[in-house]
Amino acid sequence: MPEPAPQALAEARPTLEAREVVVLLGGRRRGLLKAALPPVRAVAGVSLALTAGETLGLVGESGCGKTTLGRALLGIQREQAGEIRLDGAVVSGLEPREARARRRAVQYVHQDAGAALDPWWSIGGLLEEGLSVHGIRHLSERRAKVGAMLDAVGLDGSFTPRYVHELSGGQLRRVALARILLLQPRIVILDEPTSGLDLSVQATVLSLIADLRVRLGLSYLLISHDLSVVERMCDRVAIMYLGRIVETGPARAIFKTPRHPYTRALLAAAPRLEPGRQLGGGSLEGEPPNPRALPSGCAFRTRCPYAAPTCAEVVPALEPTLELTGGQQEVACWRWREIAAQPAAPNRNGARP
Amino acid sequence: MLVLAKFAKDKPAVLGGLIVLMVVGIAILAPLLAPYPGDVSASHLLMRLKPPSWEHPFGTDNLGRDILSRVILGARGALMIALMVVGISMAIGVPLGLVAGYTHGWVSEAIMRVTDVFLAVPQLILALALAQLMGPSLQSAMLALTLTYWPFFTRIVYAETRRLSASLFIDALQCIGAGTLRILFGHILPNAISPIIVRATIGMGFTILVAAVLGFLGMGATPPDPDWGLAIAESRQYLPEAWWFSTFPGLAIFLTVLGFNLLGDGLRDIVDPRLRRSR
Amino acid sequence: MTAAPLLAVKNLRLSVRGDEGVARILDHVELALPRGEILGVVGESGCGKSTLARAVLGIFAKAATIESGEINFEGEDLLRLSDREMTRRVRGRRIGFIPQDPYLALNPVFKIGAQLLAALRWHAPPQLKGEAARRAELIGLLRRVQLPEPEATLERYPHQFSGGQRQRLMIAGALAARPALLIADEPTTALDVTTQLQILKLLKSLTQEYGIAMLFVTHDFGVVAQLCDATTVMYAGQTVETGPTAQLLADPRHPYTQALLACHPDRSQTLSGIPGQVPSPLAPPPGCRFTPRCRHAAEVCSRRPARLVRDAPAHFVSCRLADERQGVQHA
Repeated sequence: MPEPAPQALAEARPTLEAREVVVLLGGRRRGLLKAALPPVRAVAGVSLALTAGETLGLVGESGCGKTTLGRALLGIQREQAGEIRLDGAVVSGLEPREARARRRAVQYVHQDAGAALDPWWSIGGLLEEGLSVHGIRHLSERRAKVGAMLDAVGLDGSFTPRYVHELSGGQLRRVALARILLLQPRIVILDEPTSGLDLSVQATVLSLIADLRVRLGLSYLLISHDLSVVERMCDRVAIMYLGRIVETGPARAIFKTPRHPYTRALLAAAPRLEPGRQLGGGSLEGEPPNPRALPSGCAFRTRCPYAAPTCAEVVPALEPTLELTGGQQEVACWRWREIAAQPAAPNRNGARP
Repeated sequence: MLVLAKFAKDKPAVLGGLIVLMVVGIAILAPLLAPYPGDVSASHLLMRLKPPSWEHPFGTDNLGRDILSRVILGARGALMIALMVVGISMAIGVPLGLVAGYTHGWVSEAIMRVTDVFLAVPQLILALALAQLMGPSLQSAMLALTLTYWPFFTRIVYAETRRLSASLFIDALQCIGAGTLRILFGHILPNAISPIIVRATIGMGFTILVAAVLGFLGMGATPPDPDWGLAIAESRQYLPEAWWFSTFPGLAIFLTVLGFNLLGDGLRDIVDPRLRRSR
Repeated sequence: MTAAPLLAVKNLRLSVRGDEGVARILDHVELALPRGEILGVVGESGCGKSTLARAVLGIFAKAATIESGEINFEGEDLLRLSDREMTRRVRGRRIGFIPQDPYLALNPVFKIGAQLLAALRWHAPPQLKGEAARRAELIGLLRRVQLPEPEATLERYPHQFSGGQRQRLMIAGALAARPALLIADEPTTALDVTTQLQILKLLKSLTQEYGIAMLFVTHDFGVVAQLCDATTVMYAGQTVETGPTAQLLADPRHPYTQALLACHPDRSQTLSGIPGQVPSPLAPPPGCRFTPRCRHAAEVCSRRPARLVRDAPAHFVSCRLADERQGVQHA
């Protein structure tokens, strides 16, 4: 795991921060022929802090709200409640266009890199466009910057006349990265940077991302459902389930001693190369509940092997576990102490938490 | 180029393209090609209603004018009307469709409702009404056709814009801060070109046909214009003996409209961004 | 004692003619699946694994040509059968299919019950007579794939189910005809990891209970390690290695398998990839297609036809290194 520069960690104030952010999606008012539909709480009160120079992983399965949270932090998705601060200044409560203008230091790389590029434009044109949008008038200046950035992401000038459909998945991802890096952001939100990539290509893309962080002094919010990617790339990790953060802490601690039952289930479910060990053991039963009709109390209790009657009463808050492993680990579970005392399935390194 | 290679494989489209090229060529070179260019207006009553012969391959009409020349010269008028009607309709309809498709709320609704109103108006009835108001002429016909054709462009551009606005690359452009004008004309319009081109091409053929109908009804071109529709109208009373008088202008209309339709169909398939290549 | 395998693919070569030329998608592919076992077909994108799975079902692109080879299933060569015979006798009845995206395989405007019962009507085993019997059988199957409220499920539409539930529906549909072979084309790739585990467990228990063999196509070595008895590795249209899963993982013999496993996070904490790119099927390298990227490449590799050589009990490798170890010569 790459080590961030020591000065960066020493800075107390986070560069990007969310406080009790709530995002509602998909509501519909009563129309002539359509019934009213209550919105879904895609993000149900999330607080998060990204320190300069670090890589924060946001992990969860589909429907947990991680992409929505990322887009809310970016500004393209309006939040309904809560505060978002960039370097201490409040930047929330704005319509998407204004929010993007104020949060130019934050940029976003889409999950489907190819679909996020206009098929009609050449790669060179696409890369230059960001620069013209941000006021760089001279063609020669733009061309020079594009050339330098292509080099930096491991491509070369021969890519400028090509079109999107002529490039491979890995190449498209590099182009998408180059495009936003040309805008000189300080914070980059990476949405599933390895999705759709073969294993042999993943490593090269991840290497590039790690390398660029050091070279350009970036901070990353890395959204992924793939735990192995998160383990290799992130300093800290936050696990989301149905719009809430259920556990957070230094990556090493989370992977070595996961405390929340959902985190443990996630780690246990990742298919491992040791043959034939997992299919005989326990697995998470059932489906995630309908996000429009969340169970009372802890939303995870319907699938939790340790659910107790108290879990239905109040939503558990994140409480620190007071571990001394380089940063606070926090869990949102009443019973974490009892669960920690019980044996669990061995994790990736063979150790039992 | 891959685009041309793919086009070449579609035989009907190639046929359509050749016909259109031929018609356009004839229109441009009309005064040079017509054996009797003066027959736009001159009359030779001694030669009236002569059947097709070596001197007059298409025969002569009721005023002794060479039909071949008048058909060739008529191509100019036909194409001019078509170009102007389709061109102005696009200039009105496409931007309206873009705005209606990209915005939400009352602006979009207002544009689409106005579009619906104009779509409800039947072309010929409007043409007749305008001919009454302004006096029958080519101008009144063109106005009627333009007013009733622009909504088609708005409709399809609206649908394409709505679809494209939801696509990821437009979202990415909004994320990097691109302005609305840049998005509409630089990104949505090029990707929506395919249905626009198809409709424009087929619209050319359609307009020529309707203009011919109006000419036939006397609501469009007036004598002595070498208009194809007008020629057919004038030829009615000389049927069936002087069959050449209506047949050749009729064939001209048929071939031109067919050409544009085939070409339009062929263009639909090849205007595909995946055929753009760097090599 | 080796009984004849249920499915044996021999020397399959398939190419597709396109705008840009002829793409040689499959090159001398070999495969053997014994009755009742699960064989994993692993490879990265473009290796031809999906094309192979569909070839067994008799589904080919319009411009595809089978240049050589046979697909032997239950003693007959499927490539010799007409499409009509395949549709009536084999596809859906003797061989079931579980697709990657169940949502695309289900008709959104019909109820689930209507669709699955229709499948049963065409392919049901003869002892099931009458609509009532088929319905009862279907409800039993839905219960067996752990779908709650089977009767209510029949009345619902596909969009009312989650991804994992739709996949269970596909499995129930595929099992309805009691096939001897199930082909699963990346059935868990689009699912969350916790749902994936549930589906894998379900598939394992079902294949054991009904004695069904399964051809499981995936790009995920971890899934193969957990589910499959044996594994075949494919690269750029060639089968490069095959053997019992545990043995293959412990002792990979082909340089590509070794390189690919080395990329897996379970084997290395550092980020390592394989230099170079997968060759395009339009212009594949001659002989062994991994040669341009292989650490052990030699001159003979470009001349060596793709052929699996027995390098250890039940462990076959297509590589000049295996040839040398076994003292095999190729003409």
